[in-house]
Amino acid sequence: MDYSNFINLKEELSLIAVVLILLLYDIFGSKRSLKYFQPAACLLMVAHIVVNIMPETAASAFGGMYVDTAMGGIVKTILSIGTLLVFMQANNWLKSEQTIIRRGEFYILTLSTLLGMYFMISAGHFLLFFIGLETVSIPMACMVAFDKYKHISAEAGAKYILSAVFASALALFGISLIYGTAGTMYFADIPAHITGSPLQLTAFIFFLVGLGFKLSLVPFHQWTPDVYEGAPTSVTAYLSVISKGSAAFVLMTILYKVFTPMLAQWQAVLYGLIIATITVGNLFALRQTNIKRFFAYSSISQAGYIMLGVIGGTAAGMTGLVYYVLVYMLSNLAAFGVISIVEHRSGKTTIEDYNGLYATNPRLSFVMMIALFSLAGIPPFAGFFSKFFIFAAAAEQGFYILVFIALLNTIISLYYYLRVICAMFINKNDAPVAAFRSDNYTRLSLLACSAGVMLLGILSIVYTKINLFGFGI
Amino acid sequence: MNFLSLFVLIPLLTIGGLFCTRNLKQIRWVVTINASLLLILAVGLVFAFLGERAAGNTAEMLYTAGMVWYAPLNIHYAVGVDGISVAMLLLSAIIVLTGTFVSWKMEFLQKEYFLWFSLLTVGVFGFFIAIDLFTMFMFYEVALIPMYLLIGVWGSGKKEYSAMKLTLMLMGGSALLLVGILGIYYQSGATTMNLLDLAQLHIPGFAQRWLFPLVFVGFGILGALFPFHTWSPDGHASAPTAVSMLHAGVLMKLGGYGCLRVAIYLMPEAAHDLSWIFIILTGVSVVYGAYSAIVQTDLKYINAYSSVSHCGLVLFAILMLNRTAMTGAVLQMLSHGLMTALFFALIGMIYGRTHTRDIREMGGLMKVMPFLGVCWVIAGLASLGLPGLSGFVAEMTVFIGAFANPDTFHRVFTIVACTSIVITAVYILRVVGKLLYGPITNSHYLQLTDAVWYERTAVVVLIACIAGIGLAPLWLSDVIQNSLLPIVGQLAGR
Repeated sequence: MDYSNFINLKEELSLIAVVLILLLYDIFGSKRSLKYFQPAACLLMVAHIVVNIMPETAASAFGGMYVDTAMGGIVKTILSIGTLLVFMQANNWLKSEQTIIRRGEFYILTLSTLLGMYFMISAGHFLLFFIGLETVSIPMACMVAFDKYKHISAEAGAKYILSAVFASALALFGISLIYGTAGTMYFADIPAHITGSPLQLTAFIFFLVGLGFKLSLVPFHQWTPDVYEGAPTSVTAYLSVISKGSAAFVLMTILYKVFTPMLAQWQAVLYGLIIATITVGNLFALRQTNIKRFFAYSSISQAGYIMLGVIGGTAAGMTGLVYYVLVYMLSNLAAFGVISIVEHRSGKTTIEDYNGLYATNPRLSFVMMIALFSLAGIPPFAGFFSKFFIFAAAAEQGFYILVFIALLNTIISLYYYLRVICAMFINKNDAPVAAFRSDNYTRLSLLACSAGVMLLGILSIVYTKINLFGFGI
Repeated sequence: MNFLSLFVLIPLLTIGGLFCTRNLKQIRWVVTINASLLLILAVGLVFAFLGERAAGNTAEMLYTAGMVWYAPLNIHYAVGVDGISVAMLLLSAIIVLTGTFVSWKMEFLQKEYFLWFSLLTVGVFGFFIAIDLFTMFMFYEVALIPMYLLIGVWGSGKKEYSAMKLTLMLMGGSALLLVGILGIYYQSGATTMNLLDLAQLHIPGFAQRWLFPLVFVGFGILGALFPFHTWSPDGHASAPTAVSMLHAGVLMKLGGYGCLRVAIYLMPEAAHDLSWIFIILTGVSVVYGAYSAIVQTDLKYINAYSSVSHCGLVLFAILMLNRTAMTGAVLQMLSHGLMTALFFALIGMIYGRTHTRDIREMGGLMKVMPFLGVCWVIAGLASLGLPGLSGFVAEMTVFIGAFANPDTFHRVFTIVACTSIVITAVYILRVVGKLLYGPITNSHYLQLTDAVWYERTAVVVLIACIAGIGLAPLWLSDVIQNSLLPIVGQLAGR
């Protein structure tokens, strides 16, 4: 066997090393040394990111089963940064009495899902893709149910695993039909056999449903609000950005690489999906009172915007999507960081509880405001730029009406984002969330997120760098 | 980067400075320095600009500079000014200064207030110096969002409702605009988003016809185009004084300026073909706004509807598509900006004393506050177009230009729009009579005091400018006319 193939798996190997070190540390570490588990995990993640930060050249291993692209490398780095931020925000929650003994598991499970995403991103073969998909789903269900003593968390875990398994089964069925018609599962070989026959169209639909579930595209979004509400806040944050971001990128690469000859068909399907996703997500978000459910619906509509980058099938779309995912990740993690710390310190999770937050916790309110403005696409925050680029990518291909519908939806979304801002800054409250000091991990992560949100748009360097590696159909 | 960018940098630095301030005194110092520097810069720019022009520099935009921002999409940070933007910059600087003085006695959360106020300033100035479509659009949105918090937190009345309505409607406008901008960029096949270069390209006729309404309505919403004007009365009535001043005085001008600079300049063919639709709408704005002002009893609502009418006239004049009327449009923007700022400032001062804005409850104020009373009369006279004040110059130019169109349609609508002058006189004189003359209705008014130094500064500066434009309009209209040449040229060469 040619072991030189493994060198191409640098990113995955270093992540596996992190997982193993943490696993051994968790098992064999003494009670005293386990105090340092959190800093150790964060430092290892930092090391992992630094080692892999340089985008590598395209390479493939194991006869094309594993294909590495420079863009995939960038997405992996983005996802790792997001995971690191989630780790930092999770500290508070993990230190609490019920979870402290299981703390190590959280990191290991999270990193296992991340590993699954890595393999999905670099898959050159449907089998590897499916293994990745499952590696993501199963630990994720454990994470959702992490607060198992809480009824709502356990219930969310059950809901997640049932829907996830069902979606995986559908995707697998789609893959089997493709194999049946094309006779191969290698991404590189399939396009030659794609004719757009009804059977292949069916295969595509099944496959899309499987990934649509991960992305919570409407109408495959039903699990989202319940799971987001029930899961521990840090897990919700992870679900809403990392899991979603990776699924979006994977869907895009597969549509670009595998279903290339069916461009017109999948564009038509996506067209409807995008409109439904953005609109339904927005309309349902309007009436939410629980802030986590609220962000669940907001993230559904954001997934629709992300898909705008896919529909054009261009390199600009890919760049736009990756940049959008990055910005969305930072904005959402900033918001969830605030939600997490507020929930942890005061136990409050409804939007009404945020009334008058500015009077007691001005800094947190500012971070939340920046995050919400960025999500709504208000300049000078990065969200404005990412929305502009993704709209530009769609408009370039002539999807003006779609862009227009999406833009009308941004107005609706602005309405509900402003509701939270109104609560924090304008509304009065007799019993507001008491003033508190956040711990250093949360502070650092919020600082990083807000800095990113404020600077990523104004400094064009990140976008230009990503743009170097984008590829279209 | 050249010195034009200072217009954006100074307020940005002010925001940074405000974060470091510790007490009210420091805050006031910082914002006063900010406003004064901006005014000095604007006045300096006017003289420099006039000097360049006198020296024979006939370039369309002066002091242009740019740097690549987002290379993949050909987005540049590009700045430059012509006579119109210079005039608008000066107007903005004056209103920022007076607005700062008017906000002197802001009661709570002063730091945050001035923070948002400065951000609004960044947006406004950035918009007027930008000549790159993307940069322009970005600054336009930067100017919109602070309004929500400024009205929502510091406003009065049904402020949450008004703030939300204003923000959402204006964002609706910017949504149309964004599609328009993307359309202009991709349909013209441009390799730049620079306005000057885009103007050299020809956008295909069909594309122009669907892009023009998008861009015109997008900007028109901010310019209170009927039927999208409804944010304006509520918004202005609920906003704190200085914000009303800046919003009605400057921000609404972004609409007119954008229509002229983007919609008409880049899409002249469609402007010719479709202007009739918008002439009807703006005609309605002009007359309907004036009639609505008659029946209002809240001072701010009266002035807000009057703004709808006057800003409608700006768009109306732009749509006449000739040089005289467009000159009038720009003059009207300046005149209305100063006038409405003066009105809102005076309303704020009167409200601060009487604690009511309902004209039915007030009377005889001339006796207790003669300074404010006289200023009110001057503002009113400017508004109804008394010769010697700015309103007259602007409206005359507009109507002369509009009537110069030979066909019946334009002439009929010019006459319709002209009637607004009479209606304006009705509501202005009605308010003057109710508010200032007659018996004092409330004995507690006898204890009221007249304006103090910072209020007087603000008011006197504004009145001086109004009279200045009214008495010596020629230098200004010359500058504007020359700057309109490229736009008129586009229209002629379609």
